[in-house]
Amino acid sequence: MAEGAPANLLATGASSPPAAAGEAHITIRGLSKAFGEAVIYDGFDLDIPRGRFVSVFGPNGCGKSTLINLVAGLLEPDAGTIRFGGKRLRDTNFGYVFQNYREALFPWMRSIDNIRYPLKFRDIPRAERNARVERLVDRLGVTLDLAKYPYQLSGGQQQLVSIMRSLVIEPEVLFLDEPFSALDYEMTLFMRDQLQALFMDTQTTMVFVSHDLEEAVYLADDVMLLSRGPAEVADYVTVGIARPRTAATISEGEFVRIKAHCLDVFQKTVRGA
Amino acid sequence: MDRFGPFTPLIGVVGLLIVWQCAYWVEVVDRVLLPSPGAMFAAVWHGMTGGQLLIDFFRTIERTALSILYAGIVGIPLGIMLGSSIPLYRSVEFVVDFFRSTPASAVFPLFLAISGPGDATKIQVATFGASLVILFNVAYGVMNARKTRLQAAQVMGASRLRVLTDVMLFESLPQTFVGLRNGVSLALIIVIVAEMFIGSVDGLGHNVLDNQMLFEMPRMYAAIFVAGALGYGFNLMFLLIERRYVHWSGR
Repeated sequence: MAEGAPANLLATGASSPPAAAGEAHITIRGLSKAFGEAVIYDGFDLDIPRGRFVSVFGPNGCGKSTLINLVAGLLEPDAGTIRFGGKRLRDTNFGYVFQNYREALFPWMRSIDNIRYPLKFRDIPRAERNARVERLVDRLGVTLDLAKYPYQLSGGQQQLVSIMRSLVIEPEVLFLDEPFSALDYEMTLFMRDQLQALFMDTQTTMVFVSHDLEEAVYLADDVMLLSRGPAEVADYVTVGIARPRTAATISEGEFVRIKAHCLDVFQKTVRGA
Repeated sequence: MDRFGPFTPLIGVVGLLIVWQCAYWVEVVDRVLLPSPGAMFAAVWHGMTGGQLLIDFFRTIERTALSILYAGIVGIPLGIMLGSSIPLYRSVEFVVDFFRSTPASAVFPLFLAISGPGDATKIQVATFGASLVILFNVAYGVMNARKTRLQAAQVMGASRLRVLTDVMLFESLPQTFVGLRNGVSLALIIVIVAEMFIGSVDGLGHNVLDNQMLFEMPRMYAAIFVAGALGYGFNLMFLLIERRYVHWSGR
């Protein structure tokens, strides 16, 4: 736990995020997952609040990606329940953005058809489908040529298409698994701000896995710091800095303090493991 | 080599013809055994403009095309089935690999005994050989479908069947074309061999052997040349289809 943390940081115990965060959107109870001998989660409890941007950060192999893969149904938990406002996953509209956009997009479809693809599995009239894609393009101010195939686009543009594909269903939850880690720094900065604008606009609950602490804090309402195997919430840090945050935010005292605190917790968990 | 531009590939062709012509002039081998390139091309021209060679050419095309068609009809669905079930694949892998490694020519007598010396036998053996090659490649393509792509379809709500039809099928297409190209090469080899030795009255294989026995060397060379051109043409055809319809391959 964070001893002597600055007063603005709400350091609370595991499974009880700040009361100020409001209603729990994702409720995880008794989650257990092991890969052979390696126990990643053992009776893990967590509440993720609705309408907030939660960054998940922790040492390598602590199960950051495993957590969102379990929550998004890509992995089967050994035990435990996961509910979305009381609903099961299959009754929940959610989006997922993969780290490897090159392998996540369908290269045989034009970008526009990639974006439309998830609408196939929903009961939406054709006119409404096209309208949705148009609204999304307008909202994001996308200028790239969506008639191109993914392999004709740059990495950042491909990930943007990938994000649009996950947004077109107007999800209530968006999972992002290190979405910018394969992009160059310039593109990463641009994409962070795109994602922030999108979050401010839609207030979609976002669960964002990152291995970049600066990025995790920059984007988050709450930073969830995980410890290593079996994973526990080492700290749950609220980032109260007003949005929109900009490049200048990164050098402000508040941001630096929060980041330093997270780094401190991180190093303790790494040493403790 | 750049200054020859698009004609660079022709350098080898011209080089080969010059070496051949020189070999003919200095009589490296008896002129009866090695006629001049000119004599061969004359025989090609003569044979392909209404001669027996043209008939044989079309017969071989017909047999090879039917073989690859049947092989595709058998091999592609079976390959998808095997590739999408790892336990199934593991259980038949050895058997398929064994037959794939068996020279198709070794099973000629078997097929002859079953189906007799007609056209059907040639096509059956070629289909047998080519379908195993196609099957293996398709299964391999399906099994090596990018996991992230399958997961992406899954999280977007695709059922298992939709994942198969929307993702796995497309993912396996580049490897399927590798199988089709290897398969058509093998089918052509088998068809030509069958035409030589299994009671044939036509086809390029028959033409080659017939002219050899009659000592009509320019005609024999002409038939070999046409067989080579046919093999190249089949390969090129599949390559062009692949480039057109599997545009993402290798990107």
